Amino acid sequence: MNNLKVTIDGKSIEVPPGTTILQAARMIGENYPPAMCYYTPLKETGGKCRVCLVKVTQGSEANPRPMPKLVASCLTRVEHGMVIENETSPEVLEARKGVVEFLLINHPLDCPVCDQAGECDLQNLSYKHGTESTRYEEGRREFDKIDLGENIQLHMTRCILCYRCVYTADQLTNKRVHGVINRGDVSEISTYIQNAIDNDFSGNIIDVCPVGALTDKKYRFKQRVWFSKPFYAHRECDKCKGEAVAWVKNNDVIRVTARKNKFGEVLDFICNNCRFEHKNMNDWTIGEPYEMDNDSVITTNKYKVLDHSPAVNVDAKFVSE
Amino acid sequence: MSKKILLQHINVPGIHTLETYVAHGGYQSLKKAFSMSPDEVTEEVKKSGLRGRGGAGFPTGMKWSFLDKKSEKPRYLVCNADESEPGTFKDRYLMQHIPHALIEGMITSSYALGARTSYIYVRGEMMNVIQILEKAIQESYKAGYLGNNILGSNYSLDLYVHPGGGAYICGEETALLESLEGKRGNPRNKPPFPAVWGLYGCPTVVNNVETIADVPWIVNNGGEAYAAIGVGKSTGTKLISACGNINKPGVYEIELGVTVEDFIYSDQYCGGIPNGKKLKAVVAGGSSVPILPAELILRTINGEPRLMTYESLSDGGFVSGTMLGSGGFIVYDEDQCIVRNLWNFTRFYHHESCGQCSPCREGTGWMEKVLHRIEYGHGKMSDIDLLVDIAKKIEGKTICPLGEAAAWPVASAIRHFRHEFEEHVRNPESCCKRHLHRSMELVH
Amino acid sequence: MSILSSNTIQEITKLKSRYPDDRQKSALLPALHLAQAEQGWLPVQAMDEVAEVLDIQPIEVYEVATFYTMFHVKKVGKFVIEVCRTGPCCTVGAEEFVQYMEEKLNIKVGETTEDGLITLKTVECLAACGTGPVLQIGPEYIYQENMTKKKFDDLIEELKIKGLKDV
Repeated sequence: MNNLKVTIDGKSIEVPPGTTILQAARMIGENYPPAMCYYTPLKETGGKCRVCLVKVTQGSEANPRPMPKLVASCLTRVEHGMVIENETSPEVLEARKGVVEFLLINHPLDCPVCDQAGECDLQNLSYKHGTESTRYEEGRREFDKIDLGENIQLHMTRCILCYRCVYTADQLTNKRVHGVINRGDVSEISTYIQNAIDNDFSGNIIDVCPVGALTDKKYRFKQRVWFSKPFYAHRECDKCKGEAVAWVKNNDVIRVTARKNKFGEVLDFICNNCRFEHKNMNDWTIGEPYEMDNDSVITTNKYKVLDHSPAVNVDAKFVSE
Repeated sequence: MSKKILLQHINVPGIHTLETYVAHGGYQSLKKAFSMSPDEVTEEVKKSGLRGRGGAGFPTGMKWSFLDKKSEKPRYLVCNADESEPGTFKDRYLMQHIPHALIEGMITSSYALGARTSYIYVRGEMMNVIQILEKAIQESYKAGYLGNNILGSNYSLDLYVHPGGGAYICGEETALLESLEGKRGNPRNKPPFPAVWGLYGCPTVVNNVETIADVPWIVNNGGEAYAAIGVGKSTGTKLISACGNINKPGVYEIELGVTVEDFIYSDQYCGGIPNGKKLKAVVAGGSSVPILPAELILRTINGEPRLMTYESLSDGGFVSGTMLGSGGFIVYDEDQCIVRNLWNFTRFYHHESCGQCSPCREGTGWMEKVLHRIEYGHGKMSDIDLLVDIAKKIEGKTICPLGEAAAWPVASAIRHFRHEFEEHVRNPESCCKRHLHRSMELVH
Repeated sequence: MSILSSNTIQEITKLKSRYPDDRQKSALLPALHLAQAEQGWLPVQAMDEVAEVLDIQPIEVYEVATFYTMFHVKKVGKFVIEVCRTGPCCTVGAEEFVQYMEEKLNIKVGETTEDGLITLKTVECLAACGTGPVLQIGPEYIYQENMTKKKFDDLIEELKIKGLKDV
């Protein structure tokens, strides 16, 4: 089939049939819509957070009528001749501001004590699309912290119910033990009964979490992310590809995560053995500083120039083997 | 007397049994339908101009024609009997009294759609209705109207009743399908629509009880005869469930086109307002549709008498009109407090939000809290515009229409009764007297 | 040792035939109704047993049971009285009626009487708006319509006798 021409904020691109508006916008590469729930590596994600809403001003060449409502760009497939407004539409920006406000009214805004700060999608989203103050005066909902086994902590108060962790468990493991219970604004991620999420790939729910709801217990409060240095790291592993990021401070690996693309999506899920059990520099073949290309507080260029900083001693033994 | 299609025999003793139902012309439509091709049946439904009676008013024949007939997968007809819209109780009434009307409609409609298995999704609270339907289905199997090779037609159908579990959102057709699959009632993102990707990923039509029960009459008498009843594009009859401050609450079958004034004041219908009170406002089509003050529900902004039709009730758009919706007709007399009523409805939507998408999950609760504050004497003038803005930021941004259903009552109540909200803010003392009791407050 | 009776397990197994072979999870809501009708509520073990019969993970049952308001995942009284609190019923006195129920039972909405006989709950619209105030009592869920104080007094007496008989 022929490629489809789509125009987003005045920029045109040709994409294969089946491409969504969000994917097309990401191909164009700038000012693409944000996405808090959609996650390319996980099937069935998307449509829930509503931050990626865009305006379709022309449905297609064959049927040029505009779509009556804003649409979720992560799920709406492009048609040939479709014209879309994202950041050029005041209506879209206003709606997005509204969604950010909704996401924040019950969020504890506890960034100063949250491990996710610095690599939090909600934090980045609020900087870009939120307002300075809130109109919300009522009490915020709170949940107790829950240990999901020895490696993962659930801080439900911060959750935005993107469902990514549920899909991760469904698609990476054969026995899901956590899910979404209750309904409405008291819905929560839970195992319902006291239960550890215990399988070889459970740690990935930390990486897919866009906020600080699921955190690495072995890393909690060890360090602000921006004070540690990420490096490409590799080890031979029989469970996963062993391709990870080692977060290093004072010659110690203080945390291991999966590698992500520029949209914050995991490239290859890693196993718990790599993530939680290998914290020695000698466990890993350490490579180049890890490139990060998103809007986060910590960006790739900063680390490139920090290669020779005294905090990290990048000498030959890092790349020995 | 108005033409009766559904309730003609409602007062016949024993009409809930198959024997009596058949004696009064029941199940005639099967033979007629089997003598036609499925597409011919669909064509008659199209000609009838029948529109979905669940609330949206979408043309039924057109919905049927969207069904993906190229697919190799089985097709399903699912009846939406999850009647939960506040003010609406017509489907329960019909199923309870004339269960075979729905079953007959399910058979002829399933035949038209080529479904071999069909389900009636009844809200779980109506256990009584579920038992009545189960019994009626057994009777129908025994009489050979269900099962293999119905009346020698080579057409076979299995029909099952499926209970819900207590969730308004399952009245939304894709949430209903999720629920029928044994999952949480989270509405699906659309497209794809159920006609292409419905129950178990198969082509599916979801229709309301009343809609399906109208089909046998259309098959028996022809689409044109049905279209001759009513006014313009509002063809046929409609069940209206009337409640609130009226002398004769109940379910009425009206020919579409009766005037609203007649419906409220005539002894044939609601019989007027009790105790000589004045009419204050009406919610004409279930709690989700905009509320209108007395002068606008009786006459359009141009002074025309308002009719009980899809078009007349929506005359004036959202500025001065409303919608026929599900036919849940709620009448408020002069003593009713608009603020308290709105808080109550908003609490309902907050309680019933599935929680899947952020504007509805967070916005409905926020609106309820602000309204609670105003009703209980702690409101600020700025809260009124805050409510309007929250409603605006929910409307059109959600996965399913519950967003609109929660936003429209807020927007319309403030549009038409702003002075009452302001009065609550200015004189908290007077409204504090309305604190009937604590337990009706927000409970979660 | 299972807590659901073999009869209930059998009923649930029978329900599965209503749905396609690979879609037996569909029987979950009717199965939970059966389990609750037998147990009075849904303890974890009952939900786990339903999961086993339907060959699904226990979490899939918890997710569903906690979504729908009819399922009691916490222990409740022998009889659960659920009274409508939504707008149309309130235009005909539901708020005052609920207040009376609380006084009569000497409990608040959401609580259970000391003798464990009655739990009082408010619910949203029951589709009986023309005959409000309305309440229902599980597991039969027969609607009690056009409620008055007198009718409620009689109902409570009836439940007290019924409660004694069943013990």
